Amino acid sequence: MKNTSVTIAGVELKNPVMTASGTFGSGEEYSEFVDLSRLGAVVTKGVANVPWPGNPTPRIAEVYGGMLNAIGLQNPGIDVFVSRDIPFLKQYDTKIVVNVCGRTAEDYVEVVERLSGEPVDLLEINISCPNVKEGGIAFGQDPKAVEAITKAVKAKAKQPIIMKLSPNVADITVMAKAAEAGGADALSLINTLTGMKIDIHKRTFALANKTGGLSGPAVKPVAVRMVYQTARAVKLPIIGMGGILTADDAIEFLLAGATAVAVGTANFHDPYATVRIAEGIGRYMDRYGIEDIRELIGAVR
Amino acid sequence: MAKRKETAKVLSQDRLSEGIYSLWLEAGEIAAQARAGQFVSVYTKDASRLLPRPISICETDREKGALRLVYRVAGAGTREFSSYRKGDTTEVLGPLGNGFPEIAAGKRALAVGGGIGIPPMLQLIKELKCDKAAVLGYRDQLFLKEEFERYAPVYLATEDGSAGTKGNVLDAVRAEGLEADVILACGPAPMLKALKAYAAERGIECWLSLEERMACGVGACLACVCRSAEVDGHSHVHNKRICKDGPVFRAEEVVL
Repeated sequence: MKNTSVTIAGVELKNPVMTASGTFGSGEEYSEFVDLSRLGAVVTKGVANVPWPGNPTPRIAEVYGGMLNAIGLQNPGIDVFVSRDIPFLKQYDTKIVVNVCGRTAEDYVEVVERLSGEPVDLLEINISCPNVKEGGIAFGQDPKAVEAITKAVKAKAKQPIIMKLSPNVADITVMAKAAEAGGADALSLINTLTGMKIDIHKRTFALANKTGGLSGPAVKPVAVRMVYQTARAVKLPIIGMGGILTADDAIEFLLAGATAVAVGTANFHDPYATVRIAEGIGRYMDRYGIEDIRELIGAVR
Repeated sequence: MAKRKETAKVLSQDRLSEGIYSLWLEAGEIAAQARAGQFVSVYTKDASRLLPRPISICETDREKGALRLVYRVAGAGTREFSSYRKGDTTEVLGPLGNGFPEIAAGKRALAVGGGIGIPPMLQLIKELKCDKAAVLGYRDQLFLKEEFERYAPVYLATEDGSAGTKGNVLDAVRAEGLEADVILACGPAPMLKALKAYAAERGIECWLSLEERMACGVGACLACVCRSAEVDGHSHVHNKRICKDGPVFRAEEVVL
């Protein structure tokens, strides 16, 4: 019997396949297509202390091999989330990872404190949000801010914390080390790469927000490289993501050093993608006679 | 009701006018459930184009388990669809969205379609069991007109005046003196906005089918929202999801 389970910060996942925040809601919409109990974890869309209305439309644009999004973290706020989304997810035999977003350190801490008594396994902190007290630069683009927000969240969190790193930096290992120094229990990477598309016929931006986050297969080589670099720079477990469309893609991330993977944009291309990838990883293990998936993690040095 | 992703077989493909195509697909499970005003997500075969294309259902034939999509070639994805021939297959997810409401038999209904908003009104006009008429607005070239005429009186508006009233659908409604208790419409945003104002002035019940760029098509990604008058049930802001809460809304429900 082969082992497909992995452990992130003491939390055992039945397989390394998670969902990427923002692409899967809180699982309800995709539960019509896949059995959430077959996933290692469901990572929810980012939740803030209060409801956020998000950006004007158009919020998305397709680009070659990927898409741009500028949803603007529309979410119902922590009160609705706790009363509606957590009970929904508790019906399934999967781990619950809540993605947390905020505009100030106080926003994050408020959400984390509200979740302290909830049946949530892990917290994922989205630090690609603009820090309104620092002129709007994202928390994740300044190592001092990364360390400070990690410390602030860790001081109040009852669950292990995963810091989700932005790739829009000169050296992601600097941010990874800052998160480690701040007390992070795990890292997830990469968030989307900031991009732009111009509609040459209308001579305007494709997105109302002008810029948006690039995701999908187009970003995968960048993401694999960053996971590899980060795995060598810190001791923390890594959740790798960025353009995973197939089991082969997921295995690349494991080999680069990720302990688990998250499937995001692929859900839009195929609503069954998460389970299909989990099954494909099992077949890869059978094909190469791999007894324990942990043999693959960071196996390419 | 359950959404399905089916591998659909192409039964036929016809070009109706410049850039407008009619695709009949064998997709029994979707056809069995679909109602007028719903849509499907159609996936291209090339993963460099990741996102499904949301296309309204023009007609369903439950006996044959078939769906008809009438669509405009607007880019590489829809160009690929237009190359499909009888016997080819394509992945289709649906039925998606809420569809048009049932209209009571005693009412007079006006089904209004503009441009590529015309196709979904065909299944609607077939299903309506009340007194009904269709108002179709085109730029210049007509399509589907004869098929609407099988089910109801049809009034036309063309921008160039080549058929029917010169102008837009509302010009045709006024010119023909069309009266209604309920308006059901799909078309470009300015048309829907004008119909909403027209219906509000006269106290006419009005239902609008909206469109927006979509990614997931199932209500998860929150890309295709529209401004809603009331706080929405999902995010508790003022954003309804066109793919899931719509695409058909009571005109008063949405801020256009």
